[in-house]
Order: sequence, then C-alpha cells, then structure tokens
Amino acid sequence: MANIFSLENADQKLKALDAFILEQDAKEDALISILHKAQELFGYLPSELQLYVARKLNIPASKVYGVVSFYSYFSQEKRGKYTVNICMGTACFVKGVEKVMHAFSEQLDIKSGNTTPDGLFTLKDVRCIGACGLAPVVMINDKVFGHVTENDVSRIIDDYKNMEGSEG
Amino acid sequence: MTTQRTHIMVCGGTGCVSAESLQIVELFKEKLSGVGYADEVAVIKTGCFGFCGQGPIVKIHPDNVFYVKVTLDDVEEIVNEHIIKGRTVGRLLYKEPETQKPLPKHDEMSFYKKQYRIALRNCGLINPEDINEYIAFGGYEALGKAVTEYTPERVIDIVKASGLRGRGGGGFPTGLKWELTRKPVADQKYVICNADEGDPGAFMDRSILEGDPHSVLEAMAIAGYAIGASEGIIYIRAEYPLAIKRLETAIGQAKEYGLLGKQIFGSSFNFDISIKLGAGAFVCGEETALIHSVEGNRGEPTKKPPYPSIEGYNGKPTNVNNVETFANVPPILIKGAEWFSSIGTEKSKGTKVFALAGKVNNVGLVEVPMGTTLREIIYDIGGGIIGGRAFKAVQTGGPSGGVITVADLDTPIDYESLKSIGSMMGSGGMIVMDEDDCMVNIAKFYLEFTQDESCGKCTPCRLGTKRMYEILDRITQGEGTMADIDKLRTLGKSIKDSALCGLGQTAPNPVLSTLEYFYDEYLAHIKEKRCPAGSCKALAKYKVIEEKCIGCTACARVCPVNCISGAPKQKHVIDEAACIACGACFTACKFQAILRP
Repeated sequence: MANIFSLENADQKLKALDAFILEQDAKEDALISILHKAQELFGYLPSELQLYVARKLNIPASKVYGVVSFYSYFSQEKRGKYTVNICMGTACFVKGVEKVMHAFSEQLDIKSGNTTPDGLFTLKDVRCIGACGLAPVVMINDKVFGHVTENDVSRIIDDYKNMEGSEG
Repeated sequence: MTTQRTHIMVCGGTGCVSAESLQIVELFKEKLSGVGYADEVAVIKTGCFGFCGQGPIVKIHPDNVFYVKVTLDDVEEIVNEHIIKGRTVGRLLYKEPETQKPLPKHDEMSFYKKQYRIALRNCGLINPEDINEYIAFGGYEALGKAVTEYTPERVIDIVKASGLRGRGGGGFPTGLKWELTRKPVADQKYVICNADEGDPGAFMDRSILEGDPHSVLEAMAIAGYAIGASEGIIYIRAEYPLAIKRLETAIGQAKEYGLLGKQIFGSSFNFDISIKLGAGAFVCGEETALIHSVEGNRGEPTKKPPYPSIEGYNGKPTNVNNVETFANVPPILIKGAEWFSSIGTEKSKGTKVFALAGKVNNVGLVEVPMGTTLREIIYDIGGGIIGGRAFKAVQTGGPSGGVITVADLDTPIDYESLKSIGSMMGSGGMIVMDEDDCMVNIAKFYLEFTQDESCGKCTPCRLGTKRMYEILDRITQGEGTMADIDKLRTLGKSIKDSALCGLGQTAPNPVLSTLEYFYDEYLAHIKEKRCPAGSCKALAKYKVIEEKCIGCTACARVCPVNCISGAPKQKHVIDEAACIACGACFTACKFQAILRP
C-alpha cells in the first residue's frame, strides 16, 4: 500500500490539517469537522491518516475509525477522478433511476461503490441530493445532470473520457 | 445613487443552479453592460421560487413577468425584447398543462394560487446573501421585539398560543418544548437547529436555508432568549454545500450588524451561532443521535428519557427544532398568535411546506394551509398526473410514512388525519405515483433505505428491517409465498413496538401501509407471479416488437397458454396478464420480433 504521506504535497496538506485542528476550541467535539477537512485535503481517509488524527487529538484510534466507518460521507478508499453519484431518492426512483444506474454500472463495468481500474470513475449511489425537480438526477463531482435517461449514459461517459484525452 | 428601473431576479436555488442559473446571472450582467443598461437594471440572485420543475426561473420586477426554463441562449432575447423594447417574450412564459394558455404572472398560475407562504415568505423575493434585504422585509424585527419588549416567558406563551408544532415530522408543540427546556436550572443551555434533512424526496429545509437563511438565525436567537441559551448550533448535511455557504455568509453579516453576538439590541442577551456538518447518516435526524453527532461521535440514538430538554448537548438542556419550524417563528411574534392559529385545522395550525415530486406535472415546493386536501395539492397545484395517466397513490412521510390512495384524496391533511390513514406528515416529502409504479417495489425501496441507514445499535431495527427487505426482495423476484405476508405483518408489528428510536419504530410503515391498501398487488406477485404495474423486472413479460412483426403466426402457434392474438399478416399482440414468461415465442420467432424481458 502506498503511504499517503509519501505523496506529492503531503507536507503542505498535513500543515493545513494541523492548522485547522489548532483552530478548533473543543477538539474532541470537532472530530467530524476535522475528518471533513482531512478528506477534503487528501481525497479519502486511509487508516494511516485516521491514526494521525487520533494521535493529534490524543483520542483512541478506534474512536476515529468508529466515526469514519459510521458515516457514509467518509471514504476509506481512494476514489476515482470523477465520482458518479446516482441519486437514489424517492423522486428519482419513481422516475426510473434504476435503469440509469444499471446503464452506468454496465458501461463502466463496475458495481456501485467501486472504482474503474484506470482510476477515472467511481460509481456511487447517494440518498437524495434535493434536486427532485430534475429527477432522475446524476451528479458527477459537483456537476448535476437532470432528467437523465439510460440513453444519455454513454454520451456522458464519453464526454468525460474525451475531456481526459484532450487534457492528457 | 442611481435609480434602478427594473430588477431581473434569477433563481439561485439548487435545482436552478444545476441548470446553469448562475451562468445566466453572469450573462445577463454582461449583455446589460453591453447595451449600457448596467446601472438601471439590476440582476439579483434570489432563493428558490419553489417551481423547481420549470427551472431555471427568471422573474422581472416590477413588470411581474415570470419566465420559465430559461437557458443561456434566451438571455440575449430577454434583454433585447423585454428590457429594451418592453415586449414580453411569449415563448418563455409558463403554460398551464390543461389549457396551454401562457401566463406571464406567477400569481395567476394554479401552482401558486392556492399556496399560502409563511415559512417560504422570502424565498424568491430577497437576495439571501444580503442581510439588508431581509431587514427591509421586516427581518430581525421579531428578535428586537422579543428581547426589548417581552419576557422570555411571554415569548414562550405566544409560541404556545400560536399552536405551532414541530415541522420535522413529529408534530410536538414547539412552545411546550421551549418551556420544558427553560425550566431546568443550568449554567449553559443550547439551541440546535436540525438541518439534517434526510428524507429522500424532501428539500424544503434546503430551500429555506438557501433562500432565506436569516429567518432561521433570527428564530434561533429568539428561542435562545426564550429558553435562556447563549449558544446555537446548526447541524446541517454536508450534502448541502450551497446552503452551508449561504448560512456562513448570513452568520457573518448578522454578527457584523450586532444581531448576533453580545448585548443584542442593547439588552443583556448574548447569542452566537456556529455550524456543524453531518456526514451522511439518516439516523442523525433523530434528536439524540443528532446530539451525539454534534459531539463528534457516532450518531447512534440513546433512549429517552432523559430528554434533550433536560440532558442534551454536553449533558446540558438543549432545544432541538427543525428548519421549517424555526422559519415560522418570526412571523408569529410579529403578527401574533391569533393570526397564526386562525390558519389551519383544529389541532394543526399554520401551514406546511411539501416537496411535491414524482409523476406530477408541476414539481416543486408547495406551502399550503393545514387542512388542504391532497386532491387540491396534486390536481390544482400540481396540475395532475404526467401524461394524463391514472393516479395510483401518494407517499408521504418518506421512509417512516405510508401510501395514500384515491379513497383518501379528499381528506384534509394535518398531523392527526394522516396518522389515522396509516401515513404521517413526516418532513413533507410527497411523492406522487401512477399506475406504472409497483407498490411492492416501493415498499422494498424504502426498506432497502432503512436497513441501509439503520445504525445497528438495536436488534429489532438492525436485523428486523433486513429480514423484511429480504422477504420483499423475494416477492418481487416471484419467489414469495403466502407465509411471507404473515411474516411481514408480525415482523413489522414487533419492530414498531421494540425498536429504540423513531427510525426503527416507523421503518415498517411503508410495508404495512402498502399491505393494507394494495394487498391485491402482493397477491398477484405471490400467486400469479405477475407484477400488475409491470415494473418488477424478474416478473416482466414478453412483448412483440411491432415494427419487426410480419404476422407469420409462429409465436401464436407455440404459445402454451394461447395468450398471443393476431390474424395472419397482421401484427401480433401478447396478453401480458396471461403470459407465463416461458419464452417459447421468443425461440419460435425468426424475425427477432419478440422482446425478451
């Protein structure tokens, strides 16, 4: 396993995290906020990062692990460059989002929760992002796609792949 | 100071933002300065108008013209035609689904006509990022009145007399909750705003926070004054980045204006508000779980008593109210308890915001007086079912609620009436379903949700919901037995009686309610291996692809149950109700004209 601290800019990220921790008045209360910050900086929360936070706050690592594993917003695995969030809220469900999920899963050849081998896409189901007026909704990183049908899926995936190609 | 003759209001709510409304704002500004109108025409980003299905929405003041589904390509035309020449752009007006008549004014639309806005009063009207606009609409007047003219007891009395009840779903009287938190003696107390809107299909709290954040801050300060707390915390879902940003801006402005902080309105009352982020756990909407999450722990509920009003955050008395409840408080203090209690039904006062979604023409946020009927909401405001299809049911109360059928469409809705027909108010999600929606599958959908979100602390919820989900899954696969129905009922009842918190106690509701009202559908799945709505994939039937069928009769001849009809050289049709999905027709067809499910 690659050590997260040996990655590029790891020093800077840790400094930013330390500074954030220092700002918090009630440290133990702030655990969830601190983990949000850590995930924002590093992209995910591998166990060595959880341990780092635990030691910094002087609380048991098991407590940090307990919190990280409890909340679905925290990820212990590295995510793809693009996270494809399929909204599984009720409005999207009755508008047939299952078919959209199926199409993404088939065309990316991964199940929900997994990442493509090239590290480009992570497929995830999310609970209602509150854009029910646009159902069915797919959110890729911060961009929201509304009224998505299974026929749109290949075009959406291709657009992201092409973007990647032109960048590289 | 220049005088602005026209205001272009562009919706900055989540639905519209995701359809590029922020780029529309920028493009308006660019085009206006291009024609030299930047000074006399202002472009304002507002909160949610509520009519999310028609977004992005652009409203022109003072002309009172309401444009819908505006795209970047339309901006230039609006500037050239409307702003410069004063001509309404007809093609961007909303058309009533029935009459197809274009309507320029929003108050003429049936979507808005029956609405009565208290909690959403400022949404779509003011710029949520400017405290001055909130103040101009009477903002912070209620807080000023409370701390300078009223005693805390008087504030509590007014809220009690108004009849306001918790809008998060429980319906507990708000004034009473405040009184219970005021009573205990403690060196510190807390006010918490529950903005962990977890019901999949509800987005009113998000819209209030995005469209009118100060109304919540003001009400929290009023609650703080009433119960004797100097600290407020907003617990909000991390999934709502725009609402978080607007709250941060609002808190900053309120502090700058001295409306939060020390000695508010020159009194001895101090109050500060901070924001805590959730991290994606539905159970954290439950008071005790929420408090544990605020404390930085796993969001697991604990048993009540002790209630948070006695022992809450950090062991101190804590008052938890939801966003919509808070948004109702300032108008109550300004207009009085009598005014508020004159709206609604005998036991449920005021209004309720519903998130109307699903198979209905007008999707969006709808605020109506308590006691409005479902028929008025779905047909008058919602414009009926998409494509004129038949209404089947409406689901309220999300994963804790149930379905309501045609028979109850005329029931005036309030906390009690919804409960008596096996559903509940919940936070206000209202999902309309038509004849294509399978009720067993809907029940399975909710159980999948609750068993996934169960925190695992108590056995009835952790294992019980999982077993119920497995049974439902079996039934939708066509492998259910009649004994499964009894098991669902027994399990449902014992989970309701024995689960630790509200999540578990209400989790069986979607199953029990669909079992009661759509028993026939369960039977069809089990006995006939058939999904009447045609939505359960495993039970789907074979179909003839019309364009490919040449009428050779090969399929009809091999069908063991004679469910394929059609004369030679004519298109054939499979009677899906009789089809047993044996696949013989598929094999017999030489023209790939049979669609396999």
